[in-house]
Amino acid sequence: MTAAARGLVFADVVVRYPRAAEAAVRGVRFAAAPGRLTALVGPNGSGKSSTVRALLGRAPLVAGRITADGDDVAGLAPRERARRVAVVPQRESPAFPIAVREFVALGRFAWDERAEATRIAIEAALARADAAALADRDTESLSGGEWQRVRVARALAQGAPTVVLDEPTAFLDVAHEMAVFELLRALADDGRTVLVVSHQLNLVARFADHVVLLHRGEVAAQGPPAAVMDGPTLERVYDWPLVVSRDPAVGAPTLVPLRVPGRRPG
Amino acid sequence: MTPARWAALSAALVVAMVVATLVGTVAVPVGDAMAALGGRGSPLAAQIVRDLRLPRVLLAALVGAGLGTAGSALQGALRNPLAEPYLLGVSGGAAVGGVLAFALGLTAIGVLPLAAFAGALGAVTLVVGLARVAGRRTDPRVLVMAGVVVGAGANAAVMVALANVPPDRARGALWWMMGSAADATWPQVGWLAAYLAPAMGWLWREARTLDVLALGDEPAAALGADVDAAGRRVFMAGSLIAAATVAAAGLVGFVGLVVPHLARAAGARGYRAQGPAAALAGATLVVLADLLARTAWAPTELPLGAVTALVGVPFFLSRLRQATA
Repeated sequence: MTAAARGLVFADVVVRYPRAAEAAVRGVRFAAAPGRLTALVGPNGSGKSSTVRALLGRAPLVAGRITADGDDVAGLAPRERARRVAVVPQRESPAFPIAVREFVALGRFAWDERAEATRIAIEAALARADAAALADRDTESLSGGEWQRVRVARALAQGAPTVVLDEPTAFLDVAHEMAVFELLRALADDGRTVLVVSHQLNLVARFADHVVLLHRGEVAAQGPPAAVMDGPTLERVYDWPLVVSRDPAVGAPTLVPLRVPGRRPG
Repeated sequence: MTPARWAALSAALVVAMVVATLVGTVAVPVGDAMAALGGRGSPLAAQIVRDLRLPRVLLAALVGAGLGTAGSALQGALRNPLAEPYLLGVSGGAAVGGVLAFALGLTAIGVLPLAAFAGALGAVTLVVGLARVAGRRTDPRVLVMAGVVVGAGANAAVMVALANVPPDRARGALWWMMGSAADATWPQVGWLAAYLAPAMGWLWREARTLDVLALGDEPAAALGADVDAAGRRVFMAGSLIAAATVAAAGLVGFVGLVVPHLARAAGARGYRAQGPAAALAGATLVVLADLLARTAWAPTELPLGAVTALVGVPFFLSRLRQATA
């Protein structure tokens, strides 16, 4: 295992669904390194979620490889993969009511261990995700922000060095969005490999170390936020007039889409 | 679920079984019946209680326990609160297998469930395949529609097959399609238990896998489940249970639907609690339904499946409203 291969590496990944006219992901290449917060951004349909699904073996990876700490993920048994990479999928609703503590305990599914070890891992994960107070509730009683924290707690309970989250701030208000990104930043600072799929470009610009911009299944740009948050590039990728300025209060690049009545994205 | 609720569920089953053993169309005084259970008393009372009622009560309890376990496992694996062996056509497929075995003269007591198992597997494959072709496996309505259609086809096949079998060779179409525990014998109770035990035990042991599957394909994969293989194994176990119950008592519908909801309403969270709770509640429900079937209209026996359907249909309609609201 070489140092360069640590973390999660997507090498020329191609995803093509059966009967689809063209590939959803076309040769995507990037790395999410340990200790860093990497963000995968791009318009709807640009291939972000397909990339995550390919990681889970739930989308057909027809070419390329995805490696976790140097090992091909496709070659790992499902349980072994779950011990290496924890994924919080975009959408999820339990079919039946389940208590939060039980839900988080399912994060230990891939581990054979004593009940005591499971209990310790669950309590630690609940505390780290600021969800300890929710432990005895049923999942269906949670608000949007609470639900996302509980899902992050379950991912942490998996004990994997790599955590991938697909739009963890969907449907959240400003305060809850900030709380989620602060948590992700802290997890990266703990030394974990953190990959987040997000539509919140302005938050990504403030929190991420590395940004990968997808467009029609390909990487349109990648690098530090300041490099990727480039007006002409974003305008082309999102097909919408916009300006990127530097926020006077926090100093981060900030995207401001312009008003164009009647216009539709291409 | 609290210990008090477990105790109540268990007590309900014990009371139902005791009442069903003591009450019947032939009046046997309680004292005589108790004496017969203890191996004493009049030969007639002993015969009625020990050779007729007791195996019948135990058969009904096993059928209910199996259907409750299978229903709650299928509901989890398919993420569908309307899933159960009867509505999915799995029991219907088992009936076709059983009737074909009869028609071919394969009537050995242990063989019938195997033929029913083959039929049940065929039906579950067909139903899940149909729902997948419709592209909406997650829509509870599509799956149930596919199940009802396959079940209707199975009923037709049972009637056609039985039309060509001499009446003395086979139990009637009514027995297969409406269910009955009337001709229960001790050997039947024995082989039903032998078929149910491994399948139910396996499902209970895989409780965590069922909990993970109930989260959906992607979350389940993320947590380390081999989603497709685990789903297939649940269908296998559910089919085996459905087949054994059909071979023992014909089609007894809606138990697998009603009982998991009762278990959840009683506070069973997660399959480790829900599976056993559904088994207890299912056993109680079928024992009581069978008691009603043989006493409500005595001396005429109502079909057992008709009694469970009378309970299940209104329940199904209320769940359908919730599931599709």
